[in-house]
Amino acid sequence: MDHSLRILVTDDEAGMREGTARALSRFTTRFEELDAAVTYTVETASSGEEALEIIERQQPDILLLDYKLPGISGLDVLAQTQGKVKEMITVMITAYASLETAITATKQGAFDFLAKPFTPQEVRAAVRKATNQLLLLREAHRLAQEKRRIRFEFISVLAHELKAPLNAVESYLNIMHSGLASADPKTFEHSVTRSLVRIQGMRKLIFDLIDMTRIESGTKARNLADCDLLEVARSAVETQEPLAADRNIKLVLDAQAPVVALVDRAEMEIVMANLVSNAVKYNRDGGTVTVRLRQTKSATRIEVEDTGIGMSEKEVAKLFGDFVRIKNEKTRHIEGSGLGLSTLKKIAGLYKGEVSVRTQPDLGSTFTFVIPKEGETAMDKPRSSIPTPMATY
Amino acid sequence: MTTDKQILVVDDDPDCLEQVAVVLRASGYEVISAYSQAEGEEILLRTQPKLAVLDLMMEEMDSGFVLCHTIKKLYPDMPVILLTGVTAATGISFKSQDQRGRAWIQADVMLDKPVRPEELRTVVARLLAQ
Repeated sequence: MDHSLRILVTDDEAGMREGTARALSRFTTRFEELDAAVTYTVETASSGEEALEIIERQQPDILLLDYKLPGISGLDVLAQTQGKVKEMITVMITAYASLETAITATKQGAFDFLAKPFTPQEVRAAVRKATNQLLLLREAHRLAQEKRRIRFEFISVLAHELKAPLNAVESYLNIMHSGLASADPKTFEHSVTRSLVRIQGMRKLIFDLIDMTRIESGTKARNLADCDLLEVARSAVETQEPLAADRNIKLVLDAQAPVVALVDRAEMEIVMANLVSNAVKYNRDGGTVTVRLRQTKSATRIEVEDTGIGMSEKEVAKLFGDFVRIKNEKTRHIEGSGLGLSTLKKIAGLYKGEVSVRTQPDLGSTFTFVIPKEGETAMDKPRSSIPTPMATY
Repeated sequence: MTTDKQILVVDDDPDCLEQVAVVLRASGYEVISAYSQAEGEEILLRTQPKLAVLDLMMEEMDSGFVLCHTIKKLYPDMPVILLTGVTAATGISFKSQDQRGRAWIQADVMLDKPVRPEELRTVVARLLAQ
């Protein structure tokens, strides 16, 4: 990306202004890591008052500011622009580079110093340094804005997801209240049953949200200890057993006991519960769910295979996003918060591991959650090491 | 039940669809259900209902709008009610007061979810009487 930056040179000596302008007029800086080439246009001011006027009219990107000026001083200019002018880098020019001056100016927001007299090479080096700082500042600003946007979007969707079950229940109550259901016991029964299902769905959403918040906020201390994943898997399978039995789905646990890994047990419970419950929900009646636990020297793998409806490539592409629910005629009557798999992806990030899926429409899906061994020792690093930009709320 | 009382209801939320259907059936209408814009379009190609009640957000954010445009192209006189739960989600209100907004949306009436049964019945009866 190419940038053109405006530099304002403020100095009461005409020779200094012209010399500096000349040194920068055909100057280009390149930043390989940012993939940016930067050129400059130079403006000049002979006093602090004039500089403030120009800044007011159109803010420069870099301000080269002489410390000693005839009217108000360079420090006064700094003080007046500080806080008001954002994303402008100021380099102080001074003939008497005393420590005291430096400290005062830095406190007022100056980024760097240039001692008089300076060579064209020196002013270019200072400008290059200031440019680098400015580009970093802008990048940080852009990321912060992106984070805000993601958070806003997350809250908007969350509000919608919470409103939908509330609407459904309210409408069923309205139907019962208006007497429309009293004529037909079936309608009445259906209204009550569906209201209960939607309320349960809403509760599940709130619980999933709490899980996700815990993982993302990093406020809850992670408790990493040796944990038998087979035990966690067994418990998840037992929880799903009644639902599976209703639909004649067979649950198979395939592991060489015990499968011990250094993990946070609560996180693994979330992983296992989500994978097994999905495998049951999206299965066909009479199908099978197989939970496989495998360990190699380098990693522990949790594999959950179902014989269910499977997914298309297009559906898989968006599967791990927040609030994503695969909507088609086969999933219409399946409840879900749309947070389960996105939470799993976040947990995988904490272990520097990954969660992936192999799937074929109408044949089934296999979800694999991999915890690398070397990740296990480096796990209590700060949460900022999570690679994907995430929604926070 | 005569076919001149047929109403098309399109919503990807089975509960919302059922609720609208219950209210309309209780008023003596016959309900044709569809769960998506695509399904709705398919039905419209083989039959012409008297009125349509459409959800706004289905497979796409604007499925209801698109389906509404399709209906008005096929059957310009068919009244369309658009149901939206969208206001809270986006902070944007689609309820348009001015002429230009209504012309663009093309729906005859926009109702916020959840819709009260009496309101739905009244609006449907008014649109069919016109």
